[in-house]
Parts: sequence; structure tokens; C-alpha cells
Amino acid sequence: MKEVYFLRCRECGKKYPNQPQSYCEECFSPLEVSYDYEALRQNTSREAVSRRAFNMWRYAEFLPLPQGYAPNQPIGGTPLVKSRNWSQRLGVKNLYFKNDAVNYPTLSFKDRVVATALAAAQRFGFKTIGCSSTGNLANAVAAQGAQQGFDTCVFIPADLEPAKVLNTAVFGGRIIRINGNYDHVNRLCTQIADKFRWGLVNVNLRPYYAEGSKTHGYEIADQLGWELPDNVVVPMAGGSLIGKIAKAFCELAHLGWVEPKRVKFFGAQATGCSPIADGVKRSLARFEPQKPNTIARSLAIGNPADGPFALRLIRESGGWAEDISDPEIIDSIKLLAESEGIFAETAGGVTAGVAAKLVQQGRISPDEITVVCITGNGLKTTDAIAADFPASEAIAPRLEAFEALLQEQLKDTVTA
Amino acid sequence: MAVTIEIPTAFRRFTEGAPRVDSGAATVAEALTELTTKYPGLSRHVRDEQGQIRQFLNVYLNEEDIRFLNGESSKLKDGDKVLLVPSIAGG
Repeated sequence: MKEVYFLRCRECGKKYPNQPQSYCEECFSPLEVSYDYEALRQNTSREAVSRRAFNMWRYAEFLPLPQGYAPNQPIGGTPLVKSRNWSQRLGVKNLYFKNDAVNYPTLSFKDRVVATALAAAQRFGFKTIGCSSTGNLANAVAAQGAQQGFDTCVFIPADLEPAKVLNTAVFGGRIIRINGNYDHVNRLCTQIADKFRWGLVNVNLRPYYAEGSKTHGYEIADQLGWELPDNVVVPMAGGSLIGKIAKAFCELAHLGWVEPKRVKFFGAQATGCSPIADGVKRSLARFEPQKPNTIARSLAIGNPADGPFALRLIRESGGWAEDISDPEIIDSIKLLAESEGIFAETAGGVTAGVAAKLVQQGRISPDEITVVCITGNGLKTTDAIAADFPASEAIAPRLEAFEALLQEQLKDTVTA
Repeated sequence: MAVTIEIPTAFRRFTEGAPRVDSGAATVAEALTELTTKYPGLSRHVRDEQGQIRQFLNVYLNEEDIRFLNGESSKLKDGDKVLLVPSIAGG
């Protein structure tokens, strides 16, 4: 059977057979996976997909999987939660959180991309897999790599949050800490992929890896009852996810599974690392790289690989990009937790905070359907907010001690 | 003065397989010109129609992206390494 997917250059359009390669040999632009959509139309239907279990594999035909590939992990299928309290505070009516903070198995959207990358790694016969990572990706590579019997070797900046390092180390496999920021790590990984026959999920396997992000988008449309939202607010690090959500929506519209709609794409970054948002706000033709300095470590990519595409998408969709400061990120994490019961990592604070800012700016209308993408779990970045929650004083296990404490606290409340 | 230009695999089909090229250039711009004069096949891959370094080509001087230095006018000294990285990935 002829393969229904292949590689294609995003800039010059040159086609390539499937192989572990991330850039075009002609113009050095990134390659991405493209599909024979007519074959796809014949091979699957919305009804057939809807009968399957709700996880990312329900959209298998839309993913670059080897023939006969049998995934056995229920990745994706995360909740789309309609906001009640948070949206009320903001005065909006139809706001949803797509919550990948509870993704399986490592609590971030990176579980999706690693799933498709490892399918490709198997296909190309790699024994060792790895990645350059700001944390979440390393967690996902280590977990799925262990489960599938790969040797794993991940590369991280030396000063990453301890929880993210531990959440990788526990799965076994090698961790190489690099003295430098993510962009240094990433450059080194490009050189390693050039020299070693390893499957680096976000380097030489990147086209296959990135396709996994589309399932975040399919699920949003699916959960809205096969409808597209009006606005999507997406965190941006390398700038890939926002483009893949757009690709997912385009594919669904192309196949007639949803009504076509001009969805506005909004990008969220931390002020301390905001090359794409800066490019949008200053109408730059090319974004300018930055040296990251923010608590939102998972978004701290100063030279985003898909920055040029994210910039273009945001402009062409009629969306916008914004950034918020580190104190605002912490406030947003707390507000999201207190109002919706969702504990997001710093990147989630960025996205929620930027969404609020966009509503206040009038860029997101109150009646429109807006989806805010939460991509990682707060349990991984507790350092960022720990100082805000000092341990309370312990009391004796006696009723009178409790009553005395209540009196004390009541007094505090009244005086305050 | 001797500077080394590191050639990624993707470029080596234009450099007769050479993984590095020695140069006597005084700036990054001169080093790139020297390289593309020696291997004309590389020219259109290094610069676009407007003569700018291609958007997806990253140029580093030792550990640093030249965009954090003085761009193409960054000065070179003895022993420096200029590294070309096509289409940085990651993210």
C-alpha cells in the first residue's frame, strides 16, 4: 500500500520520502509531514473516529504512524473544562480550558509529541532516543522510552527545576546537564544528531514529533461537538504547538468534519522570554532572539524554531500575542487554582494571564468561544510559588487549641 | 590569523565533503564571503535574494549566536570558530 504521508518543505514545498530529517536540503527550512488527504477521506470518517476510545489514537489516520502500528498507551483524551468562576470574573461567557496538565503519563502535552516521535523512532530502527528539553519533554521521553524499551539520553540546561529533573531521572536513562540555556542545549543536540545515529525526538525526528501536537487540536473540536472555537490562546516556546492546532483545524475543515471558521490564534509568552510576542507587537518581519530570564522555564526558548511560522499564523489569523511578567505569572497560577481548581505549571500561568489580558484589551470578545490551552502541571514547578505559601503554625490535637486558633484567625480577618 | 568555519553535514555536498574550512577573515561577513567564493554552490543557501543571511540559517561565533554580538560585523580573532547551523530544531 502506498504511504499516505511524506515529508514536505514548509517554505519551498520540496517533497521527501519518510526519513529522520528535519530540514530541507535546498533551502534549510523545516520539513513537516504532509498527507494524501483524498486517501484519508476514504480511509476514515467522523463517525468511525467518534466510536473509538477517547484518547489521541482515535485520530490515528491523521498521524504519521507506521502501517500496523499498535499503540498501547492511553495518551491524550484530556478534559475540556468550561470555566465558571474565572470567566465570570473576566465577564466572558464561553471560555474553556483544554487541560493537558493531566495528560498521561507525565502530565504535559509533550506526552502527545513523544508518542508520535517514538512511533517514527521504531520505524527508522533507532535504539537510542533523546531530546533537548526544558523539562516536560525530557519527562515524556524518559517515561515512554522506558515503557517501549529504548535507551534514552536527554539533554537539559543544568539549572532546571529540581522536580523536572527528578521526574526524568526516576524512569532511568541518562540525563546530560549542560552549562548553558536551552538554546545552547538545542544547538548541541543539532550537532549530536548530525554525528550520532540517535533518534532525537525534537531534532531529526521533529517532523513526526510535531504532528502529535495536532491531537490537542482535534480533541478541542471533537469536545466542542465537532465545532471550531473562535479564539485559541496557546503558550509559545518553540512556536510549534500553535501551528499544529491550526493545522488540525484546517484538516478537519478540509475533510468537512467541521464548518470552516476563521479561528483567531493568540500566542502567550513570559515577558522574560518573548521573542515571538515581541515580533507580533512590533510588527517585525523577523523576530529577534532573546536571552531568556523568566520563571516560566518551559517557555524559555530565546531562538524559537517555529518562530517565523507562529508570527505569520498569528498575523494572518487576526489574532495577537502578549506577554506577562513573572509576578503576574504567579498571580495567574493562584487565580486559576482558586477559581477553577486547576493547578497549572508556570507556562499555564502565562497562558491564563495572557488570556485575561487579551479580554481586558478587548481582543477577545465575551460571547465568543475561547479555548485556553493549559499544557503542563503545577506539581512540576512548585519552586516558583513555594515562597507564597509558608507552612502554618501547628497546633496541639485538642479541641480547645483548634477553637483558640479559629478565634485568632477570626480576629485577623476582622482587623484585616 | 586563522579562524575555523565549521561546516554542518547538510552543507558538505557543496564543500567537497570538507567538515571545516580555514579562513583568514577579520569579520563574520568576510568569513561567509570567503566561504561562498571558495564554494559558489553554497551562496544561495547562505544568503537570500536580498543578500540577508537566510532566516533558517543560524550563525554562531564560538558559543554565541552572532545576533547577540555585532551580527555579521562581529570581529574574529585567532583561534575563533564560526559555526553554521541550518534550521535549528527543538522546542
